[in-house]
Amino acid sequence: MDGAPRQNRVISDQEAENISRLEELAYEIRVEQVMTSNPYVFTTSQTMREATVTLRQMRISGAPVLHNGDLVGILSIEDVIRCLIEPDLDSPVTKYMTTKLITIRATDLLVDALKMFVNTKLGRLPVIDPNGKLVGIITKGDVTRGLLKALQQETQVEEMRRYRASRIFEDIESDRTSLILRYDIQAHDFTHGGSASSRIKRALIRLGASPQIARRAGIAIYEAEMNLIIHTTKGGVIRVEIEPHQISIDVYDYGPGIADVQKALQPGYSTASEEIRELGFGAGMGLVNIARCTDSMSLDSVVGKGTRLRIKIFLPQQEAMGEGPVPKETAQ
Amino acid sequence: MNLQTIINTLELTPLTNPADFESIQVEKGYTSDLLSCVMAGAPHGSVWVTLQAHGNIVAVAALLELSAIIITEGAMPDPATITKANEEGIILLSTPQPSYWTVGKLWELGIQEN
Repeated sequence: MDGAPRQNRVISDQEAENISRLEELAYEIRVEQVMTSNPYVFTTSQTMREATVTLRQMRISGAPVLHNGDLVGILSIEDVIRCLIEPDLDSPVTKYMTTKLITIRATDLLVDALKMFVNTKLGRLPVIDPNGKLVGIITKGDVTRGLLKALQQETQVEEMRRYRASRIFEDIESDRTSLILRYDIQAHDFTHGGSASSRIKRALIRLGASPQIARRAGIAIYEAEMNLIIHTTKGGVIRVEIEPHQISIDVYDYGPGIADVQKALQPGYSTASEEIRELGFGAGMGLVNIARCTDSMSLDSVVGKGTRLRIKIFLPQQEAMGEGPVPKETAQ
Repeated sequence: MNLQTIINTLELTPLTNPADFESIQVEKGYTSDLLSCVMAGAPHGSVWVTLQAHGNIVAVAALLELSAIIITEGAMPDPATITKANEEGIILLSTPQPSYWTVGKLWELGIQEN
């Protein structure tokens, strides 16, 4: 944090992604994964003097108090301060400890802990098992550390994937090496619409494609994918061949075929049904978008047989994929 | 303009998991209910105003890396769409107001780039 007011700072895509991921992690990670297990505890037989010395020596700001193994209270620095004002250091900890206990279960999610911290203004919460026995303690610091650690691990995994994928062609000797990805698309499967294009886009990023190239490919393939879903009778196939300097996308289906290819290529022309138009498809812009995002495009169709769309995206020399270091991500 | 201010001013209801909306900056916007037009025209990081509420809006927003979708006229996405949006990190916001009103308010807030 550089101290600049947050609202004046433009956050990058990567940061935005991390923030929402952080929120998600709070819904995935459980208290037991980040809490301090076997925390330091006081017993009811101890005096405030002993507790004060312990807190100072252990450099902790509070600890649970147990009686015969059962959680009966929590003693924090604030309680110690109240005792020091008296001063009343020879009293038992039970006189100053907080007995109104707010606990959290080990199996609760971090987001529950965060809500409790916000609602109660407490700094630490005793963590209990299903039998109500103390199993740990959780502080705001534990939550932050746990979330950051999980985020860092995920970033490392993704970096490793990118590192591996970005060098996939490097050590393979051939006159021409390529990677082929195939996706079967079912007709009328609107539920999965866009999932093939998202996966291809992710694969391209991992292979070291620039965000611009990945975006262009993503848009073109999305339109082709939706065409298969909307218009075909038996679905079709998206085949993506990735070479260091070009992406060749072949989309074919088994019918019904396009009666007038020239018309189909006109902006605004669509044969989509009223029902499909209501979903926001059938604007007659799909093929236009594909042409706009790609470097070459050809469309062949035979009525009753099927349609074949071939598109290519060429990569500039310095943006080659799979041949070494991932190009530096350029923020848009 | 941060997303939290937009949510407050337009009284939008977040449908996806809570996020740090204050840290999400929105400078650009787009509106259309035709997905291909959105594909062609919505700028990176923009907020998209639409009355479409089906699952494909999430796919479009994810591919274009939009900041958020404002679903107008109280149209309600099904739970699977909201789940998908959470998975993809797409923020879905709901308003009972029509798109025209919503875009007008965004324009007043200074979101005039597209």
